[in-house]
Amino acid sequence: MAFLDEQGQKNLAGRHRKARLFSLLCALVTWSSVLMLLVLLIRITMDGIGWLDLHFLTSFPSRFPEKAGLKSALVGTLWVILLVAVVSIPVGVSAALYLEEFSKRGRLGTLIEVNIANLAGVPSIVYGILGLAIFVRFFALERSLISGALTMSLLILPVIIIASREAIKTVPMSIRYAALSLGATRWQTTWHHVLPSAFPGIMTGVILALSRAIGETAPLILIGAASFVAFLPKNLMDSFTALPIQIFSWASRPQVEFQHLAAAGIIVLLAVLLLMNATAIYIRNKTEKRLK
Amino acid sequence: MTNPIANSAATFSIRKGGIRWGEATIKLWLRICTTLSLVTTVAIVVLLLGESLGFFRAVSPAEFFLGTRWIPLIKPSSYGVLPLVWGTTVITVGAAIIAIPLGLASAIYLSEYASDRMRAWIKPILELLAGIPTVVYGYFALTFITPLLRHFIPAIQVFNALSAAIVVGIMILPTIATLSDNALRAVPVSLRQAAYAVGATSYEVTTRVVVPAGLSGVMASFLLAVSRAIGETMAVTLAAGQTPNLNLSLLESIETMTAYIVQISLGDTPSGSIAYQTLFAVAMVLFIITLTINIVSQWILGRFREVYD
Repeated sequence: MAFLDEQGQKNLAGRHRKARLFSLLCALVTWSSVLMLLVLLIRITMDGIGWLDLHFLTSFPSRFPEKAGLKSALVGTLWVILLVAVVSIPVGVSAALYLEEFSKRGRLGTLIEVNIANLAGVPSIVYGILGLAIFVRFFALERSLISGALTMSLLILPVIIIASREAIKTVPMSIRYAALSLGATRWQTTWHHVLPSAFPGIMTGVILALSRAIGETAPLILIGAASFVAFLPKNLMDSFTALPIQIFSWASRPQVEFQHLAAAGIIVLLAVLLLMNATAIYIRNKTEKRLK
Repeated sequence: MTNPIANSAATFSIRKGGIRWGEATIKLWLRICTTLSLVTTVAIVVLLLGESLGFFRAVSPAEFFLGTRWIPLIKPSSYGVLPLVWGTTVITVGAAIIAIPLGLASAIYLSEYASDRMRAWIKPILELLAGIPTVVYGYFALTFITPLLRHFIPAIQVFNALSAAIVVGIMILPTIATLSDNALRAVPVSLRQAAYAVGATSYEVTTRVVVPAGLSGVMASFLLAVSRAIGETMAVTLAAGQTPNLNLSLLESIETMTAYIVQISLGDTPSGSIAYQTLFAVAMVLFIITLTINIVSQWILGRFREVYD
């Protein structure tokens, strides 16, 4: 090492030591996030697994922890998700198709684009207030299943539109040119060619958006989903409860037994979410292979 | 970005006179769906402004924005929003102090140091952490973090700001890590190679070349995470409790704007009452703060983005 004197050698060693330390630190921090997830999952499983049985899944809530279950919450969540899907998928995908395939880029297009990005950043509780004022009070839909579903649909629409647009953008132009050159109209091109090609991507985005809706609690509290519902909703105007609401109401009680019920409820909620995410990943992987 | 077909003025269908009614109807439907997003925004603004104006007829804006006591439900009532804004600020700043350095370090590890296989494992795990419902984090804070803190600080209350700040920090960490990772990875390899070629160590390359080059995306991720922390509801409601105060003590219960909104809607508030109107006034403050942060973050992304080819 003729280039460096003794001091230079020392400096170089110090700099390398600093770099090694830094990389180690970054790795450590990252792994502790992973560890955090493990702690969270293990902790909740330990708390709740003893309370999770068939009785828990098939019973209504009760004042007595050992009798309580989350049948009404589970059914309520499934209803909400079904309704949200029915409302938000057609509307969201239509808006994405319009923005990508039909609208001419101009000031209005930019305005809508910025607007959707900002809507995606509005806190969910503000959507809850919107739902309370518009659906519950103004349209007099009361604290019903349909109010909850419409509020949730507004909440996830921006997410669905953004994801669908990304998926539609990946469809190659050549597919559109081919269809149009054979005399198809713009809508025929969109419906028969663009949409089917973009479908898997859209589905992935939609499923992720719906799984966000499953976990959202605040908007449902705002529109008044009850925490104690000892019946199953029979029509759209019935009052209802949902998994996160039930978990919140159990978790906010001081008794240890209810805390355990909350943990058991969380296990069910996470299982539902995991199932949906796995489906989304499966669809993504399958189509990636096909496209290759 | 742009779709040449949508942009072209040419009409591709061969039609002589007459309108294709089917297509026209479909196009109308698509347009209505798109307009819905604008309607939603207008509805939010009109609603929050309208109801807040009703509120300000009963309570002076000076009392609302400058008052230091928030006692909306018990008489004699006082409507100073500062304690709620303070609660949100304490928890957001606490969460940011935890999540920003840790999130950035994770992003640096993912983009600069981790092997592809490692990345393929860690990134989905971080996304999983980001996808966990906030009510779960609230439960975790209440039953795990607070008891853990009590080991070290016996004086801590059951509901406290510290536990809420920690859990919100954990919650927004994946957002910062994944978005910053994307921003750092967008920095071209040639810049790193140039720095290594003149003898820089990996630490110097990261802190003096890669992070500054990806700074707009990194900053945007911080702001997005902060805006999420401000709007965060269930975790802070469960962990921090419902005591509006202006204390600096992290060991006591505190109330955020979002927690107040939940508290009011869990009770039975008749429409038109002052308590009902406070919902909208507080939500308006919340909406304006988060909107401002989101707009600033988009502006930073657009204004300071370094474009490499």
